Amino acid sequence: MAIHAANFRELRLERLSREFGTLNAVKDVSLRIQKGEFVALLGPSGCGKSTTLNLIAGLLPATGGGIWLDERRIDPLRPEERGFGMVFQNYALFPHMSVARNVGFGLKMRGVPRSDARRRVEEAIGMVRLKGQERKLPGQLSGGQQQRVAIARAIVVEPPLVLMDEPLSNLDAKLRLEMRAEIRRIHNTLGATTIYVTHDQEEALSLADRIVVLRDGEIRQVGTPEDLFARPDHLDVAEFMGFRNRLNGRIVAVDGELAVVETGGVRLRGRMRGTAAVGSAGSIAIRPDDLHPVAPGENALIAKVSAAEFRGREFLGLARTAEGVDLAFHSERRLQVGEDVHLGAHPERMVVFAETAP
Amino acid sequence: MNDIGKPATGLAAERTERSGREAVPLSQRLAARGLDRLTLLVLPAVLFLLSLFIYPFLYGLWLSFQPKAGDGPLANYSRFFSDSFLYDTISTTLWLAVPVTLLNLALAIPVAFRVRLMRRQRLLTTILVVPITLGTVLVAEGLLNYLGPQGWFNRTLITFGLTAEPVRLVHNYWGVFLSLLITGFPFTFLLALSYVSGVDPALEKAAATLGAGPWERFREVLLPLLLPGLAITFCLSFVQAFSVFPSAVLLGEPSGATRVISIAAYHAAFEEYDYSMASAIAMIMGLVQLVIVAAVLGARGLMYRGATSGGKG
Repeated sequence: MAIHAANFRELRLERLSREFGTLNAVKDVSLRIQKGEFVALLGPSGCGKSTTLNLIAGLLPATGGGIWLDERRIDPLRPEERGFGMVFQNYALFPHMSVARNVGFGLKMRGVPRSDARRRVEEAIGMVRLKGQERKLPGQLSGGQQQRVAIARAIVVEPPLVLMDEPLSNLDAKLRLEMRAEIRRIHNTLGATTIYVTHDQEEALSLADRIVVLRDGEIRQVGTPEDLFARPDHLDVAEFMGFRNRLNGRIVAVDGELAVVETGGVRLRGRMRGTAAVGSAGSIAIRPDDLHPVAPGENALIAKVSAAEFRGREFLGLARTAEGVDLAFHSERRLQVGEDVHLGAHPERMVVFAETAP
Repeated sequence: MNDIGKPATGLAAERTERSGREAVPLSQRLAARGLDRLTLLVLPAVLFLLSLFIYPFLYGLWLSFQPKAGDGPLANYSRFFSDSFLYDTISTTLWLAVPVTLLNLALAIPVAFRVRLMRRQRLLTTILVVPITLGTVLVAEGLLNYLGPQGWFNRTLITFGLTAEPVRLVHNYWGVFLSLLITGFPFTFLLALSYVSGVDPALEKAAATLGAGPWERFREVLLPLLLPGLAITFCLSFVQAFSVFPSAVLLGEPSGATRVISIAAYHAAFEEYDYSMASAIAMIMGLVQLVIVAAVLGARGLMYRGATSGGKG
């Protein structure tokens, strides 16, 4: 394989900040990314993830902090001096250039000899499986093909870092799954280092080695997909990771990793995140697929079924507690609307926070 | 459109029923090709064009073949092309219009690139449009005062010792040149701005991340995408500059260096009272413009003319 990623050890963001007027789009973001890693920046829109990516690419100047590539400080450099490959949300292919010229653009700008450039363009086009489309203009390609061209164009220059800004958000669901696998395959083949911005937690969980959850311009949690999925640090991260059910209550007991929350007259035991004093307010979060109808007992929530949708293997049920909290759960049997149901989950699958949901 | 077309369709359907045929009614067939009652709205425009453009044009063309002195229908044209005092007006006018238009384009593009990123775009565009609304005569008057031998410009130069004699900038080629530049710039700029704003800013960013510096981004990405629009801008600005008249008289040397083709036509019509000759000059003037515009648009046909954004929006 002739195309491979340029060498470096580590990219460091040190207290990186960006203000737009009075708005802090990115606040003191510090992060270390090792060569070969696939890091996803995850968060809702407006959380600063795209701004962070633009700061790394040099498309926006930082208003505070620094970016280091090993011992070299790169944040004063212009984007064309950084040499990172970037894939844009709307692809940003040059509409007047053929696929081959689009892919070869970065090589031309770097003054790579023509014969060498031609070979590498050919190879990159092969890698994104677009052989035979070299002479077409971007306008003649489908969305998925355009995205492949954008990826080929970014990787052909062998950048130390590949930056991807929601590259799949313009594709339909089926193509998105296909391209997701493709992006991971290309990352592995190249040994590239990729920073991938997305608001889709499923995308982040399936692609990344490490996920950085951002909110209001700040890092909320950094961890492996497994970490984040099972042990979110904050309630908002939990919400993002699919903990749809959140019940506010009071923490009545803490026992090492486990804590008991009393909510609506029911005591639920779950994994404690962070620290909390006994007697303080707290909340417990549960994923719909972990919450099931159970036999009546102390650890069960009581609710009235308000809807049940057939989802193939199971039913997705909606129920409301006496306190008016809506719960989503999974059930193997069909439930009647209006029926009372006892719902429970395994303590390992419930997470207790010292914060309360709004 | 369809709603307006319906009553007509209904009537026609009745008629077809009576005639016992099952053919699709004419009004429906026309509607399918985009012709219905709404199409009638083009009539005022057609009338307007016919009476104010096509008729005068054809009349002028006919008149140009009826020379005052006789000598066959082409006498006016042969006179024009045998008299250097007449045919030189073509090169004089081109020598003004082409450089002015090119310079205006060259100035408008960088300004448009800067303005594209500005938040107070409207204020600036309003200021720039003022010269258009002022009209050529007022601009000429201003320039006479400002650039004349006793004007501010020369006084400043002399005060600072930059020149001993006043620089001659009016009543010659440069007076007309500057006036055309000032009155033509806003128009050129506004057109250029619309084309420049149409280019997806992400393309420039993409080019930058691929290692292209500012000049390369312009040369490789922006310019090729802008050229077709700039060709149109050139044509429209050129036609405007080519028909220069007031500033050539007021700021130029109407009997010498800036004897432009419209002055020749005016001279023939209102000083020699030779309407036939004036028409012939007008026809030649139109033809020259047409040749230039056709050449530019022909070259435009060879360029990329597709979308100026880089993928799905």
